[in-house]
Formats: sequence, C-alpha cells, structure tokens
Amino acid sequence: MSEPPALEVSGLSHSWGRKTALSDLAFRLQPGRFCALLGPNGAGKSTLMAVLTGLIRPRPGTVQIGGVDMGRTPRAALAQIGVVFQAPTYDLDRSVAANLHYFAALHGLARPEAETRIAEALARLGMAARADERVARLNGGHRRRMEIARALIHRPRLLLLDEPTVGLDAPARAAITAHVHDLAADGIAVLWATHLVDEIRDSDDLLLLHQGRLAARGRVDEVRGATPLHDWFLSQTGVPA
Amino acid sequence: MSAARALGAILMREAARFVTQRERFFAALVRPLVWLFVFAAGFRAALGLSIQPPYRTYITYETYIAPGLCGMILLFSAMQSSLSLVNDRESGVMRLMLTAPWPRWFLLGAKLLAGALVGLIQVAAFLAIAALYGIKFTWAGYGAMLPAAALSALMLGALGLVLSARVRQLENFAGIMNFVIFPMFFLSSALYPIWKMQESSPLLAWICRINPFTHGVELIRFALYGQLNALALAVVCGAGALFFALALWGYEPARTKG
Repeated sequence: MSEPPALEVSGLSHSWGRKTALSDLAFRLQPGRFCALLGPNGAGKSTLMAVLTGLIRPRPGTVQIGGVDMGRTPRAALAQIGVVFQAPTYDLDRSVAANLHYFAALHGLARPEAETRIAEALARLGMAARADERVARLNGGHRRRMEIARALIHRPRLLLLDEPTVGLDAPARAAITAHVHDLAADGIAVLWATHLVDEIRDSDDLLLLHQGRLAARGRVDEVRGATPLHDWFLSQTGVPA
Repeated sequence: MSAARALGAILMREAARFVTQRERFFAALVRPLVWLFVFAAGFRAALGLSIQPPYRTYITYETYIAPGLCGMILLFSAMQSSLSLVNDRESGVMRLMLTAPWPRWFLLGAKLLAGALVGLIQVAAFLAIAALYGIKFTWAGYGAMLPAAALSALMLGALGLVLSARVRQLENFAGIMNFVIFPMFFLSSALYPIWKMQESSPLLAWICRINPFTHGVELIRFALYGQLNALALAVVCGAGALFFALALWGYEPARTKG
C-alpha cells in the first residue's frame, strides 16, 4: 500500500454564526511538497488553520493527518503536526532552549532525547548559536526561526505555517521562505498560508482560497499558465497580492 | 510517563513565571498581612465573637480571620492564574498548549494544578508570618490544613478557568475581579461569622451560606483545628467538579474562537 497523503481534507465547511468562513473544501497534500495556501485577507486561511490544528471542530467535514482522523483520534493526529502560528507563541523572558524544552516536554519527550532533537532542529534553522539567548533579545526573523525549529522537534509529518513572515523585513522573509522550502525538499509536507505571491515558487503546489471556497488548485506553473502569479491572483480574486 | 513530563512542563512553567514575578508574590503576601495587622486590629474591639465551632474558647478577631485570609490568598491567586490564562490566550501561547497531543481535560487540569500549587506556596508563607505574629496552630492543624487548602484552591482555580474561557479581553477581566472577587470575599464567613450577618440581614446570610467560597474557608478553618467540616468538604468538591466541567465545556473546540 502506498503512503497515505500527509493531509487529506474532505467536505469541510465552517461558519461563525451566520457567516460562512469555509465552504465544502476538499484537497490533499503529499509528503515532500511545499503547498502554498494563498488567499486575500479574510479568505478563511486562519479559520482553516484553526480547524487543521484541532482548535475548532468543523461541522461537517473530515481532516486526516497521515491517514489519522482528527475528529476521531485528535491526539494521534496532533502528534503528527508541527505548527507555526501567525501570532507569536513563546515566553519572551525565557531562553530559546527553555522555550523549546517546554514544548518537547509538552509532547512527552524525555530530556536526553529532547536535547538531541532541539540541537538538531536549531542547527537545521541556523539557530544553534542562539540557544541560550533570551527570546526578548532576538529579532523578529530569529524568533520565527525558533518557532519553526520548535515545530520540528517532535518530527511531524506535516508542517503548518500561518502567514509566518508577517511583520518581517525582506531579507528575513526570504531566508525563512528558503528554509521552509528546504524542509519540504527533505520530505516533510508543508502548508504555508500567505497572501504574498513572492513567497511562492513555480514548482510549489497551490491552493487558492477565496471567500471560503477553493478557487483553484494545482502546481503553480500549471495553474497560472503564462500569466505572472501576481496578475493571475488579481484576476482570480480582484485583490492585488 | 510522557503525560507526567507534559504535566511537569506545565507546572514548571507556572512556577518559573511566579518566581520571576517577585512583585506578584510580594503583593499577594502584603494584602492579607495588611488585613491581619491593620484591619483586624481596628475591628478587634468592634466585633465581639462568641464561642462557635470549631473554637472551644473565646478567640481574638485575628485568629478568626486567619483562615479567611488564607481563603482570600487562594481566591486572588486563582483569579491571577485565570488572568494569566486570558493573557496566554490573547498572546497565542495558549494555542501551543492546546495543540499538544493531549486531551483538553488533561491540559486544563495541569493548568489548574499549577495554579493551585502557586496559591498554596503563598498560603504557607502567610501562615509562617502569622505564626511569628503570634497566630499559631498545631502541627497537626497545619498538616490537615494542607489538603483542605489544596481542595479550596482547586475549586477556586476551576472557577477562574470558567471565567477565562468566557472572557476575551484583559480589560473585561478587571470588571470580573470586582464582580467576582469582592462579592465572594465579603459575602462569606471569611471576615465575620455568618450568625453576625444573620442579625443584620437574613438574605445576605443566606447568600453567605450558599457561597462556595464560605465553604472553602470553613474547610480550612476546621482543618486548622484538626476537624473535618463534612458539609464544607462536600460543597467544595461538588462546586469544584461543577466549575471544572463548565470550564471544559467552555474550552470545547467547537466553541473556541481561536
């Protein structure tokens, strides 16, 4: 039997009261692929991220992570996801290592194992030298890298990032985008929510979310054809990227 | 084993935060001490206390309010933990915890234990200072007080959890402090026996009797004299379970807005 998709979503809808946020979504993510979840602000990206991380429960719809159903066995599903939230989620007054150890213990990793994996993850993101620094002393780009490193500690199958470059300067954005593309090349599945087309490469997969619906999906170069991605996005959504 | 690690991580994070916020500890200690040294001194003459269980002789007013002030510490500490939960939620740190592969009851229960632990440390420090001031209990009393105070802390912490699930913003929380902490504290047996309240208003006395905080205080008061107040124990456990159930309901994924 072949490997199950890293993420499979089907028949997924969600509303906030009367407002429909997501409408009948269905898609798959394969291991080793970088998939951009592109959409203008308010398209439903954050709601989708909250559903994929189990923070809200969709009705109706199913979410499977590596073949494991989030609704039926949330713990097993969550154990396979690494998340980088849009809002920062760290303790500013503690060190990078302390923040990562907190996370490792939260995931039940024993101390020696955690040490090894934290060192690995920090090295992977070029953050090894900063392990003992207080997070408050890091710049925005390094804080984000720390959060990405943290999301890798428990070796997830799927890495979810919700607009991870918001508020960063251009070099930091480019560095983080490159780092995460490398992670995908190493075999993890990446879902990268963004409204910025310059973070996306032609070889990436694309999901275009517009007003809660999947407006387009496929490989970026195939989806956009000869039109530059920026113009294509504008033509699809009526909103400049 | 990995559950113990996750629990340990949550407890350690709370403890580390508490240690780094020295002013919080200081404020938490000064408040009841001011009540004990100043308020009680002033009211000693005004309030004559007759003999009532668990006391066997006439007691000073300071002796009477010491258990109430333990309750006050736990109440404030529980609301402070709740405040830090609202803060965690607003800052996003809460999401990190809620996406860890554990059931919500476990994660919220761990938060609850962490908050109770911080409250108990403050009560211990308060009782140590009260003992230096001359308000002493037997070692057996202190020993029995520990589980009683722990149960009260859990019950109040669970109430804090319920509030943190419903409150979206820190500003709203200030209002809840006024509408929850003060009524709970003043409409209880912490500062005056309920029979005194009964003399001035049967209605207020009735509210005091149904206030779970009263039972938390009485559980601690009786325990300090080596006695068990079964009614108080039942109410504290029942209210604690109810509050925790409500908190779980409030933090249910379907109701969480992120």
